[in-house]
Amino acid sequence: MDEPADMQTPFVPLVQTNAAIGEPRAVRLLLIGTTVLFLGVFLLLPLAAVFAQALSGGVRAYFAALADPDAWSSIKLTLLTAAMAVPLNTAFGVAAAWAIAKFRFRGKELLITLIDLPFSVSPVIAGLVYILIFGARGWLGPWASAHGLRIIFAAPGIVLATVFVTFPFVARQLIPLMQAQGTDEEYAALTLGARGWSTFWHVTLPNIRWGLLYGVLLCNARAMGEFGAVSVVSGHIRGQTNTMPLQVEILYNDYQFVAAFAVASLLALLAFVTLGLKSLLEWRHGNELAAVRGH
Amino acid sequence: MQITIRGVTKQFGNFAALRGIDLNIASGELLALLGPSGSGKTTLLRAIAGLEPIDGGSIRFGDTDATRLSVQERRVGFVFQHYALFRHMTVLDNISFGLRMRPRAQRPAAAEIRRRSLELLNLVQLNGLEGRYPNQLSGGQRQRVALARALAIEPRVLLLDEPFGALDAKVRKDLRRWLRQLHRDTGYTTVFVTHDQEEALELADRIVVMNRGSIEQVGSTDQVYDAPRSPFVFDFLGSPNVLPGEVRDDGVYLLGAAAPFEAPNGLAPGPVDVYARPSDFRVVEDDPAAIAGRVLEAQRTGTLVRLTVLLAANGQSVEIEIPHPDPEMRVWLPSDRIRLRPAHFSLYRESRPAPARIVEDRSAAHSAPGSRVRGQ
Repeated sequence: MDEPADMQTPFVPLVQTNAAIGEPRAVRLLLIGTTVLFLGVFLLLPLAAVFAQALSGGVRAYFAALADPDAWSSIKLTLLTAAMAVPLNTAFGVAAAWAIAKFRFRGKELLITLIDLPFSVSPVIAGLVYILIFGARGWLGPWASAHGLRIIFAAPGIVLATVFVTFPFVARQLIPLMQAQGTDEEYAALTLGARGWSTFWHVTLPNIRWGLLYGVLLCNARAMGEFGAVSVVSGHIRGQTNTMPLQVEILYNDYQFVAAFAVASLLALLAFVTLGLKSLLEWRHGNELAAVRGH
Repeated sequence: MQITIRGVTKQFGNFAALRGIDLNIASGELLALLGPSGSGKTTLLRAIAGLEPIDGGSIRFGDTDATRLSVQERRVGFVFQHYALFRHMTVLDNISFGLRMRPRAQRPAAAEIRRRSLELLNLVQLNGLEGRYPNQLSGGQRQRVALARALAIEPRVLLLDEPFGALDAKVRKDLRRWLRQLHRDTGYTTVFVTHDQEEALELADRIVVMNRGSIEQVGSTDQVYDAPRSPFVFDFLGSPNVLPGEVRDDGVYLLGAAAPFEAPNGLAPGPVDVYARPSDFRVVEDDPAAIAGRVLEAQRTGTLVRLTVLLAANGQSVEIEIPHPDPEMRVWLPSDRIRLRPAHFSLYRESRPAPARIVEDRSAAHSAPGSRVRGQ
């Protein structure tokens, strides 16, 4: 084609809507509208209600409610529980994902099913299991109390129940990632003289770091928010064995709405921080996450 | 480093991946392990590296019993089929990894590690790319980074698993030539795995042809190509025509020929398979040892003419190639009568254990079904 003819080519927009897969404007608006409406009614409205109710007595009442010794104790217990459960499950999760993704062994499918168990079992049952084991008439209960260990109706029981419920998060996040990455890089590190621990530290961990962080965040959100399992083992001793979700319930049942919603708003804030971090990760390292997954 | 392999066996469940491999690899040689998938070539390579524990036998590096050494202690440079570069490290960090992982006492200073890594980068002709990440490199560049990374530990032996498998034809050709040059310059004992006979013939000093966990033949490229020891090797290193023949007291006859084309060679009388490559045939005029046929198809590609010839004696079709250096030369046309005689060939008794079965698919496109039936 000669040049003048080329210049006569009509202007073609760089961005074109694909009519074949596009939808009429009305359909698009309907879909978007439905989604927004649904989110608004079922998610944003309740959240707004939580904060509105929490602040209904004014900012002073809000902070007074949080400064209440029982509330403060529940906040500390929640943070302590998360601080115990999350590192434990991070270690367990990495170990389990490592074993499943990088080795061939008998009973692997069973192990994968077991890891999912906490997702499929009602948290209440998880709590009851610990009562059955460590309760006053449980298998290990008498032995534990003979040695001065308080597990049920105390912080250790709450941590145990939380660990059980949040077990799958890290492992579930890592297994597909590590399976997709295969074992070649680890083998390469071995041939280059790296020992097992160095290989993990320099090769495996950097490859899974974003997936791991993601799993830890999800695990943390659940550890702080868990209600059912913790409720069963806690005993609801005010100022001692109430976590934040339990404290919210108790305050609410006592008709202390402002205090209940103040603690609830704090929980919601923690969730927001978690979600915010997660979005930040996706935005900042989205390509890396996608690249690592795509392999 | 000389490598001595004795009686190495490896079993995966019920599948025997290696059935007693004996092999000597001379110091400084460039050896190809050639075979179809499932022949055990990659398993053998991984066994040498220590990545695959062996069930029996021994592997020695020089005077050292390598079987007792861990992967790390063997100090082999292994280049993986898909390179296995550390995706979160720069090219330079990839190359220097082996040096950085050394125990503190043997580890060079950081500046020295950097200097040596840059030197290797220079050796693989990737200067200036030290800051890139693997996913920013082309396939050929990744391959060379993997090679530099393996060379950084000054390996006793360099092992390459299908080194060019994932590359396109042009890059493959360039890399092959380059690797050959690199081997000449560095002199590392090098073993590579391939299923591509052309690659093995072009690159290697010696070829080990493997089939079903055993070695079919070991030899120089010429030996393996010119004197294949079994139909399997012959089949794997070309697309042979298999002609029915018969050994009589006065020589070997092709089916339908009036005279023997070869002395009996001490073979007992009876049927025999004559294996000949397309380029091994000569067109002759009045030769009683030749076989008659009719041209089915003729296609000239440059200085070669490819003919498909239907044999008169049994209706089998054979593929032949004849040089066509001169435009004035006679042109063969379909339905022309023609007489053929193999100038180079191998004779195999059809009663041999049938190692040729695996390659049947490969050559099915090149020879008539009738020619294969007798081989089985």
